[in-house]
Parts: sequence; structure tokens; C-alpha cells
Amino acid sequence: MRDVYILGVGTTRFGELWDSSLRQLASEAGLKAIMDAGIYAEDVHALYGANTSGGQFVDQEQVAALIADYSGITELNIPSIRIEAGSASGGAALLQAYLAVKSGQYDTVVVGGVEKMTDVPSDVANEIIGGSMDAEWETFFGATECSIAALIARRHEYEGAAKRKNYAIFPVIAHKHASMNDTSHFKNVIKIEDVMNASTVAEPLTVFDNAPISDGASAIVISADKKKIKDSPHPVRIKASSAANDFLSLHDRQKIDSFKAVKKSTKTALGLAGLELGKIDAFEIHDSYSIASLIQMEELMGKEAIRMSEGDEFYFNSSTPLNVSGGLKAHGNPLGTSGLYQAVEATIQLRGKAGQRQVKSPSNFLIHNMGGLGTTSVTTIIGVD
Amino acid sequence: MSSIVSYGSYVPRFRIKTEEIAREWGDNPEDIKNGLMIYSKSVPGPDEDVLTISAEAAKNAFKRVDLDKKKIGAIYVGSESHPYAVKPTASILVEALGLPYDIHAADYEFACKAGTAAMQNVMAMVDSGQIENGIAIGSDTSQGAPGDALEYSASAGGTAIIIGKNGFADFNRTLSFTTDTPDFWRREGAKYPNHGGRFTGEPAYFKHILTAAKKMMEKESTKPSDYDYAVFHQPNGKFPTRAAKMLGFSDEQVKDGLLTPYIGNTYSGSMIIGLSAILDKAESGDRILAVAFGSGAGSDAFDITVNDRVKSIRRERAPSTMELVNRKIWVDYATYVKYRGKIIMRGG
Repeated sequence: MRDVYILGVGTTRFGELWDSSLRQLASEAGLKAIMDAGIYAEDVHALYGANTSGGQFVDQEQVAALIADYSGITELNIPSIRIEAGSASGGAALLQAYLAVKSGQYDTVVVGGVEKMTDVPSDVANEIIGGSMDAEWETFFGATECSIAALIARRHEYEGAAKRKNYAIFPVIAHKHASMNDTSHFKNVIKIEDVMNASTVAEPLTVFDNAPISDGASAIVISADKKKIKDSPHPVRIKASSAANDFLSLHDRQKIDSFKAVKKSTKTALGLAGLELGKIDAFEIHDSYSIASLIQMEELMGKEAIRMSEGDEFYFNSSTPLNVSGGLKAHGNPLGTSGLYQAVEATIQLRGKAGQRQVKSPSNFLIHNMGGLGTTSVTTIIGVD
Repeated sequence: MSSIVSYGSYVPRFRIKTEEIAREWGDNPEDIKNGLMIYSKSVPGPDEDVLTISAEAAKNAFKRVDLDKKKIGAIYVGSESHPYAVKPTASILVEALGLPYDIHAADYEFACKAGTAAMQNVMAMVDSGQIENGIAIGSDTSQGAPGDALEYSASAGGTAIIIGKNGFADFNRTLSFTTDTPDFWRREGAKYPNHGGRFTGEPAYFKHILTAAKKMMEKESTKPSDYDYAVFHQPNGKFPTRAAKMLGFSDEQVKDGLLTPYIGNTYSGSMIIGLSAILDKAESGDRILAVAFGSGAGSDAFDITVNDRVKSIRRERAPSTMELVNRKIWVDYATYVKYRGKIIMRGG
């Protein structure tokens, strides 16, 4: 099958963007990606739009059709399909678009993700975020996503290997990286004490263990068109993309403090790319909660991740750069957008255009986008040839 | 040039602590105190409302100056908790305060800046020569739904400002900044207000307060260090503290006017009660920047300079604002809900 490349990327700033609507955000990111790719609207054969909960946040379903409308490409009558997989919507849309191009059905596709979360009060936003959980067995009984993350954290500490500081460190790393990224929701640098002493959301997790409620959109243009790839100044290749799932409800899982889907999707993706984990130069993972970061890294590299959390190894200029964008925690977490911003960041880094936070000559980025807490995993490997 | 002839405040004596409200709702009081910078708030007694608070404040203002009440030509009362939806508070005050019937009287509403909107209109009438003196009042018994974050802040109190010529503090300038920003509202007939959570911050409070303050300093060619005091609308302790810092004012300049940490947000009274605490101690030559904010949204800014006539105003004849703040009887949550009419009684 054909090789698929990312030709262009575009993103809005992430944050509380009070003056921007869902459609404005989506078209801004989409048009930036098309311009970055140096192609014309007529070159686009399909549009995949990732969005988690537009219907609840802003009463808007059919988000992909709306994006096509406001990007001025509806007259081409190309298919515009929304993909939803909770907060893994971005990664899932990327996977679907990648498969469609790889199969030969389409040559060039735009994949965009958008979420407009701040038009509702934060308590309503939290209820909507809970929509990615089991409505009958979890949210009905009062669970929120953060409370589930807190259960996982407590269990993980009880199991013995990890302590509070081993996951409280991830928001600190994220904020450091976000401070060097112009599109970040947060640009302040924090200390581990700030994380541990902040207001409690669900014990032991504080506000700093949680990714924020953000508005934002990101988009990429992917293509297998040989001429376009040749003309592109910085093509980067999607070497593999793979998804896996686990039980939706936490209580159905044999072990609640592990994410089996992460291990499976990553193993499959590495196999498809023909790469060992050691060949990955940097990681963008789904740090919606600090404890989720630790467990994802443990799924990837075992208990070694706990030891690494105690040193400086996850910083952008160290051995295992992690969430150099600032991650969902500090760059922002507009749900359906997160997986696509990960691809944008990987592309910028692989082009060597990340400025202050540039990872030293990376060849391969592993990005992991997650729906809920370990329910859906999408691992994508993006690299240079 | 119009000026402040006298001023008076009133704060109900009942107080409830942040810890007591937090205990009832299972919140961590330290989180609330750190987040909002509110330690207690005033609670109106069962026989207190915007009318009684306004009357007490106006009486305190009249005590401080020998002024013939016949020379009062206007009374405007700003509040978002007038006792009647239709029936003016101002007309009852005319009678209660013994003011002449040949008087302009009306109730004002602009969320938390209705009192300062009233001040601006009295100033305009004095400046135009239409009246000699007028009274502007901002007072509230504000509402917060049980369990809502507003319950920690919504409190009661008010201030009356008598404005005329030859007062002891001159208005150098006033200006306003207004946009359609729905950060906080209460629909007709609704018991409690709604708010936009974090939307009440940056795009509402900070945008309007900072713009009005900056425009004032631009028009007056002043900088923060030219003012001896600054007072801002204070929905909690955090917002005005941060706004002052963003504008370049020191803690020293704002501390005397910052009362919300101890009495809560008195809404239409919020900024002007702070101003009254400053007027309690300001001396001739002192310059004050005062900026109110009302949700919905807008800001009124005032640049004020105290003159030599401050020596003739009898401030001691009425309780100082800090005396009103420090005079307190603690109540528990049950008493609080009883006093605030939150208990459904027989017959509805």
C-alpha cells in the first residue's frame, strides 16, 4: 500500500477563547493547514472532522459538514464525516483518514478537530466530559472522570511501586514545555509543590492534576499524491496508526490501574512501522490527568517510567522528551482536538521548527490519544524517512 | 465642578464565616478562602432590606454635614434587590429622610454599578445647575443560591453620597465604559441570579475595570503613583487585588478600600463602601481613583481630589466605615437561611 504523508498543519491558539465560535475555530485551523500544505481547496478529496461533544457544548452536530461550509469547500461536494471516540476523537479521525488515503480511495484529505467548551459553565462542562464514561454504571452514580482518575491513582499507590510525586511531576513538565509554545492555554511554570498543595478536586488529585477546559481547533492535510509530496518542503510520514479498546466501565477491567489498550495499540503501531520502542525520539501522550501520564508511560516502558519520573529525563532537552507541546495539561485540552494537535506538534518538531522547545533532531514521534481513561487508545507514529 | 458634600455607609451587623457555609456544603474552607479571599460576609437581619440600609446610610451622611434638606433636589437609588419590582425605593426614602417633595427621585439598576450610575446623574444635574445638591445611593441585599459559589460572597450594605457644589472632595472627571457582556444576570421573577463562571473574570470584570481605569489615567494624564488611594469593585478579594496589580497600584494604595474579604460583596454598595472607608481618613490634597463594575457589563470611573474643606466635615458624628465593618454578631447557617428567607414557610 501507499505511503501517507502529512503535508500541512494548522492550529488555533488553545484557551478560553471567548470571542471565537466553534465554526470560526474550525475554519481557522483548516485553512491554516491547507495554506501550510501549499495546496488548493480543489485538491481536497475528503474531510474528516473530529469532535467529541459539539451537540452538548454548543447544540451543533454534523460538525464536519459545518467545517466544510465555513471553509468554503462545500461546492466541491466532497464527503465530510465527523468521527467521535470520546477524547480520542482526534486520533480516531486521523486513523480513519490515514486508512482511507492508504487504501487508495482518496489521495489528499483534510483532518480537523475542534471543540468549543467554554460556552457552558464549568459544572455543565464536567457533566459533558462525563459523557465518555458509562452513563448507567458510572455517571448515574455520581462519578466524574476526575473521580475515576482519583480511584485509579489511589489503587496505583496502594499497589506499591508509585507514589504521589511520581505522577504529580507530569503537570510540572507540561507547564515548562507549554511556557515555550505560543499556542498554549497556560504559559506559567509551576513547581511540584504547587500541584500537591492546590485545591483538591478528587483526592488525591488537585486542580493541577487535571487538564483544563479549553477551546481550540487543529488540522492536518495528509496525502499520498506523489507530486504533492515531492513539491512539499517538509513532508513527514505517518509510519503507522493503530487503535485498541478496553472496557468502558472501570469495574469491568481486571486491573483498574493499567491501560491494556495503550499497550496493544502501541505494540501494533510499532510493528506496522517496523520500529522498536528505542527508535522513538519523543512522545506526546494523553495527559488528561497526571496519573494517566504515569500509567501510559508504564504501559510503554514498564516500571522504568517510575524511576524516570524522579529525574529530568522527560524534559524536551533530555533522553525521553515527553509532551514537548505542553500536553493536554498545559497546552490545553479541547477534547476532540487533542489527538490532532499531537500530530501538529510532532510535525512541527520533525520539521525542526519548534523554536525554544525543539527536540534535538528527532526522527520518530509516537503520539498516543486516549478516549476516557484507557477506554480507547490510538497510537500513531510519525517520522521522517 | 460637582463634589462630595457628605457620605455615609451602613452594613448590617450580622456576619457568617466562610467556614460555616463551607461546613454546610462539604467544601474545603481553605480552598474557598484562598480562591476568593473572602473570610466572612454580612447578613441582613429579618427587618432589613435595601430601603432600610439606604435610609441608614443617608442618615449617616446627613449627620456629617449641616445641610438644609430643602436644598436636596434629587435622590437616586441604585440596587439589584429593590424591595419592590414596581414601586420605587426612592419615593419611600423621600418620606423617610424628610426630603422636600419637589425632588427628582428614581430607582436605578445596572447590576453592581447602579449606585455609581446614580452618582454620575446627580453630578450632571449639579454641574448643569438644575439642582444644588442630590443624593446618590448604592445598596443591596444580594442573592446567592444555596450551594452556589455566590453564597460565599453575596452580602448586604450600602453607601449614600451627597453631591453638590463646594463639597470636600472634588470630582475631577467621571467616565464610563459599556459593552453587551452577559457575565451575570437574573431574569424577571427569578429568585437567584445566574453567572457564567470563569466568563465573569477576564472578559467581564477585568476588561471593563482595566479599560475604564486606563482611559481615566489617559484623559487625566495621570499614572498610578499620582493617586494616594485606589478602590475597585470587589466581587471577592482576589479580583480587585489582581486588577490593582495589573494596573500598577501598590497594596498600600488599595488596602483601605478593600472590605469584601470581611463583609462580602455588597453589590451596588461594593465599590462605594470602599470609597467611604477612604473618605473616613483622606486628607486635603489626597487623590483617589475609584472604579465600579456592573455585570452586563460596564464600569464607571471617578477621579477625585480631597480639598481643604475636608477640615469642616464632621466625620466623627457618624460611625466610620471600619466601625461598621468591625461591629459584628456571628450567625450560623441555619440563622442565615432564616434571615435570608430561604426557608419555605407554611402558606408558601
